Amino acid sequence: MAVGERDAHTGHMTTGHEWNGIKELNTPVPKPVYFFLAATALFSVVYWLLMPAWPTGSSYTKGLLGIDQRQTVAEKLAAASLDRASWTARIAGESFEAIRADPQLMTIVRETGHTLFGDNCAACHGAKAAGGPGYPNLAEASWLWGGSPEAIEETIRVGINSAHPDTRVSQMPAFGRDQILDRDRILEVVAYVRSLSPSGEPAADAGVLAAGRQVFLENCASCHGESGAGNTEFGAPDLTDGSWIHGGSLDAVFRAVYGGQQGLMPAWEGRLSPLDRKMLVLYLLDLRSTEN
Amino acid sequence: MVSQLTLGERQGALCILLLLAACGLLMLGAGQNDPLGVHGGIVMLFGVLLIFVVISGYFAPEPGTDAAGRYYDDPSKVGIVLAMLWAVAGFFIGDWVAWLLVYPEMTFDAAWSSFGRLRPVHTTSVIFGFGGNALIATSFHVLQRTTRARLPDQLSPWFVLLGYNLFCLLAVSGYLIGITQSKEYAEPEWYADIWLVVVWVVYFLIYMRTLARRKEPHIYVANWYYMAFILVVAILHIVNNLAIPVSFAGAKSYSLFAGVQDAMTQWWYGHNAVAFFLTAGFLGMMYYYLPKRADRPIFSYRLSIISFWGITFMYMWAGSHHLHYTALPQWVQTLGMTFSVMLLVPSWASAGNALMTLNGAWHKVRDDATLRFMMMAAIFYGISTFEGSFMAIRPVNSLSHYTDWTIGHVHAGAMGWVALITFGSFYAVVPWLWKREAMYSARLVEVHFWFALAGTLVYVFAMWNSGITQGLMWRTYSEGGTLTYSFIDSLVAMHPYYFARAVGGLLFLIGALVGGYNIWMTIRTAEGVKPEVLADLPAPAAARQASTGR
Ligand code: HEC
Ligand code: HEC
Repeated sequence: MAVGERDAHTGHMTTGHEWNGIKELNTPVPKPVYFFLAATALFSVVYWLLMPAWPTGSSYTKGLLGIDQRQTVAEKLAAASLDRASWTARIAGESFEAIRADPQLMTIVRETGHTLFGDNCAACHGAKAAGGPGYPNLAEASWLWGGSPEAIEETIRVGINSAHPDTRVSQMPAFGRDQILDRDRILEVVAYVRSLSPSGEPAADAGVLAAGRQVFLENCASCHGESGAGNTEFGAPDLTDGSWIHGGSLDAVFRAVYGGQQGLMPAWEGRLSPLDRKMLVLYLLDLRSTEN
Repeated sequence: MVSQLTLGERQGALCILLLLAACGLLMLGAGQNDPLGVHGGIVMLFGVLLIFVVISGYFAPEPGTDAAGRYYDDPSKVGIVLAMLWAVAGFFIGDWVAWLLVYPEMTFDAAWSSFGRLRPVHTTSVIFGFGGNALIATSFHVLQRTTRARLPDQLSPWFVLLGYNLFCLLAVSGYLIGITQSKEYAEPEWYADIWLVVVWVVYFLIYMRTLARRKEPHIYVANWYYMAFILVVAILHIVNNLAIPVSFAGAKSYSLFAGVQDAMTQWWYGHNAVAFFLTAGFLGMMYYYLPKRADRPIFSYRLSIISFWGITFMYMWAGSHHLHYTALPQWVQTLGMTFSVMLLVPSWASAGNALMTLNGAWHKVRDDATLRFMMMAAIFYGISTFEGSFMAIRPVNSLSHYTDWTIGHVHAGAMGWVALITFGSFYAVVPWLWKREAMYSARLVEVHFWFALAGTLVYVFAMWNSGITQGLMWRTYSEGGTLTYSFIDSLVAMHPYYFARAVGGLLFLIGALVGGYNIWMTIRTAEGVKPEVLADLPAPAAARQASTGR
């Protein structure tokens, strides 16, 4: 075996082993390494003694502190709901009017409603409830199914065209695709419908509008109402308020009438508690009153 | 390259490739109405293409007998080039998905370009494509030098290198067309997994056969790390990928494990992939190229061995720290956490050992960007292992888990440690392998260093900020006792950090492009004048050369 030599820089000997020019330097393992190894091992042993740690066949060592993560979670949840009990009972029990008149409760509704809405509804209705293509604006537009707290609460509970047995059902027929109206009639009624709300565009020819109005009265008024202001019994939208679910451009309105629409709003019963749903109703109503 | 093979090896190669192409054809036929068919096509094309390569050199004269007196480096050379190609591709996709998080609408409404499909393309390209090729290439180089033995034959290294790249190719192409096992870092389906097992066993055998023929009495520490990498990755890969294919004519399979057992197996795999692929293998790299480049012995060889066993033993237990506060029984979490804490000691011992090795060579670190790459890698190794042990502590984890902090941590390791040590090693080994005086441009190495460092720092700081912000937002309660922020709120708060991260990634990518160009130009410049270093030759040839004074 080769003999070691002294490394000039560190003063340690080499062992004589060498690999492709890399010599083995015989530096002892620095003491702190052993110290920290011992310290972390000691920490681990103490932790094992205190906490659930080692398996023992069908069970495990429970630890001196008797801590169990499931129990900890259950306790924390119980404590948290106890914390909230002061106001949850009131919101669950009191009437919409009473709650809305109570600024303290409404502060909680605003804070909690913001998170509830953000986590469950914003994906479709937008972070500010202003809607988007295919999804109604909940902050401003006239209500499809009525603006009473109870109506909104019901919509959220059962959804629209959802899988819930009590779901609200609505459908805008496909007048073009199903050949109920021909293309010219549709163009007339579309022009008429668009004239019901301010669009910023020059009004269509009076003759066309008159023809369109005729088509409307014959085909559409049953759902959308004679004036086009909608009907909350069928969830038919107000066509005069300037707010559109599917867009107000000529193209978008034409598509709605030609191909029909059937939006899907999920049911939240079973997914959100009655309390959460009630808070969402309050949140939406409050959003509207502060916006306007 | 083919001309270096003996006639027997050329014939062997043709047999294997024909078999491979036939397998591809079989898959193509069986999987006609399944994504498996697409993969059959890829396998067949891969085989046929290589058959042409072999045939084109088939009739070249056989190499002389003196070839046996030299190390066999062709696979290492090709491996390095492949690693750089995967690096650039992988960083590019990585930066793409980073921008996708800033501008989520950037998907062209196509399935392949969705985040869920592109992300594994990025991770597989960088970890397995870049990292794996770098490990295979350098392991062959280091193994021969430190054992003074030539690789046992010339065919099996090619089988490993090219077979491995076929696996990577199947993996990333599969994600794009929707093939995945949905196991992070183990996404490829059953047939690709089986193929990797075959490749990996051959890899292991090459290592054992070469070691058996070694001329050095002792096995150098780098080889211990490389061997641990090869052996343990084989075990991890096989166990975690145990699955039953729905049909042999289809790509889909179902894992043998379910529920929390599946999660535990997956993270036992996942964390040990970090340990043995991204740590042990690259430590092997570091323990050879760093002392070579610094021209210093390892500060404490003994410490390197102790660290080796510490890392090997303790990492095995740590995987459950990925499942804190889940359905996983708490005692398993306890073990994962405590072993992660103890793991810090051998990890820091390795990082410290590397840095102390530079004592007496700090002037070189100042002047030589290549060595600085390696030094910086050791520092990032220290940072990310500290961070890892810290995040494994349950209460810390309750803040960090599911946040971008994890992403920052993993990139401190991946960019700061794995990529920097690889670039440093490449800049050292490329001139040696191609017999050049030095890299084409030292300035460009310097440029790459600063781009890589800046990119890593920007990335990691952005994700630290983002992660901690997220973690805090998710646990902020209003006075009423309900959560203050919705998830969307936290997402909005991430936006500036995601932007910064994408910029950091871009810097890193630019650095890699500079590096790739520099390596390419080094290869292309005229044959260097570097004389063959005696120590660079296997024993028989070295002895002959010394005695004849040639
Ligand atoms: C999957 C998308 C989606 C989600 C999530 C969603 N909605 Fe809706 N919602 C709709 C659609 C679509 C409509 C309109 C249906 C139609 O056009 O007839 C609607 C309608 C409504 C209406 C009726 C509006 C009116 O004018 O009468 C209310 C109220 C409502 N949503 C509340 C909510 C609340 C509260 C949540 C969260 C708990 C929520 N939505 C989540 C899609 C969604
Ligand atoms: C059976 C009842 C019914 C009839 C008849 C009906 N609609 Fe509708 N209409 C609806 C409902 C319900 C919606 C909401 C669809 C949705 O969003 O899911 C709607 C939506 C629309 C919209 C889109 C509103 C928006 O905000 O984007 C337009 C435009 C419209 N209807 C026009 C017409 C016209 C024009 C006719 C007659 C040719 C007509 N409707 C007849 C029920 C009806």
